[in-house]
Amino acid sequence: MTPILGIMASAISGNLSSYESIATSTVGSGGSSTITFSSIPSTYKHLQIRYSGFVANDAFIRFNGDTGTNYSRHSLYGNGSSAAAYGAANETAIGFTYTASNTNPGSSICDILDYTNTSKYKTARILNGDDQNGSGIIMLASGNWQNTAAITSITIFEDSGVFGQYSRFSLYGIKG
Amino acid sequence: MATATYDKLAVTTGTGSSSSITFSSIPATHTDLILVVNGATTTSTGNPRLRFNGDTAANYSDTNLYGSGTAAGSYSNTSGTSIQLIATVYFNTTYNTNLIIHIMNYSNATTYKTTLNRANKASDGVDAVVGLWRNTAAINSITFFTASGNNISSDSTFTLYGIKSA
Repeated sequence: MTPILGIMASAISGNLSSYESIATSTVGSGGSSTITFSSIPSTYKHLQIRYSGFVANDAFIRFNGDTGTNYSRHSLYGNGSSAAAYGAANETAIGFTYTASNTNPGSSICDILDYTNTSKYKTARILNGDDQNGSGIIMLASGNWQNTAAITSITIFEDSGVFGQYSRFSLYGIKG
Repeated sequence: MATATYDKLAVTTGTGSSSSITFSSIPATHTDLILVVNGATTTSTGNPRLRFNGDTAANYSDTNLYGSGTAAGSYSNTSGTSIQLIATVYFNTTYNTNLIIHIMNYSNATTYKTTLNRANKASDGVDAVVGLWRNTAAINSITFFTASGNNISSDSTFTLYGIKSA
């Protein structure tokens, strides 16, 4: 069992020393529309991004600066009263958060699997949620980047605004 | 420089004679906490909940997405006195329920606190939940308890991990 499966699926097994913090970006008082992790080392098997912060609109994620229509995504989400599903092909990014959380913080945990493998397309999964004490969204999502290149940079961007102050993005590597 | 982090902070088990488990004196040395639960009740259902720092006031809310095997749905709780972690009937005497609860930015003393959790019990259903505690205090204690008041079984396990950010 690889550590990421041990941590995320059963949460018991796995060599926990194989989970390493790589970088963190925290948004300052002016806000920021884009967070980029670049020069990501190829020394891990999987990556994980842990986010907690404020966002006025949906946020998305891209790899290696690719802005082409090379992404697809699916999600299952609940808004407190009903569940719904969404899917889209030929997109220019993968969903990272859904709806606004600019009063109370929202969070996402994004796993990017086999990011250094140059023989297959890359997949990611996201657990995202924000609760505003009267409204909220909880979302399970997956995304696909139709490119075989190893991922060396990750860009997380706000749809049309900025991530608010204190928003925190942490990148972790998990050895295989 | 990358630093190894995913530290086991504490492990405990149910007693069979108490409806709550509390982790106290949690150090502010990490960024996120992860509480892993494999648990059940000794009788009837549990309706497991979470509270922080002993706060019993109406400062919590949550939004839930669930699948029961026949339908998917969503519900929410507003201005509650705890975070509901899973649909009521999933935590009971038959088979153990798994919960993995992420407590984000727990040591931050500036913002309110958000939790994300997945829960599953193959015989009943699966859940994903986001919770909010409207308090900026750093979290130094976590109480897991059953809203029903029914006791947590002695084979229930609770493991608390800490993750540091770079």
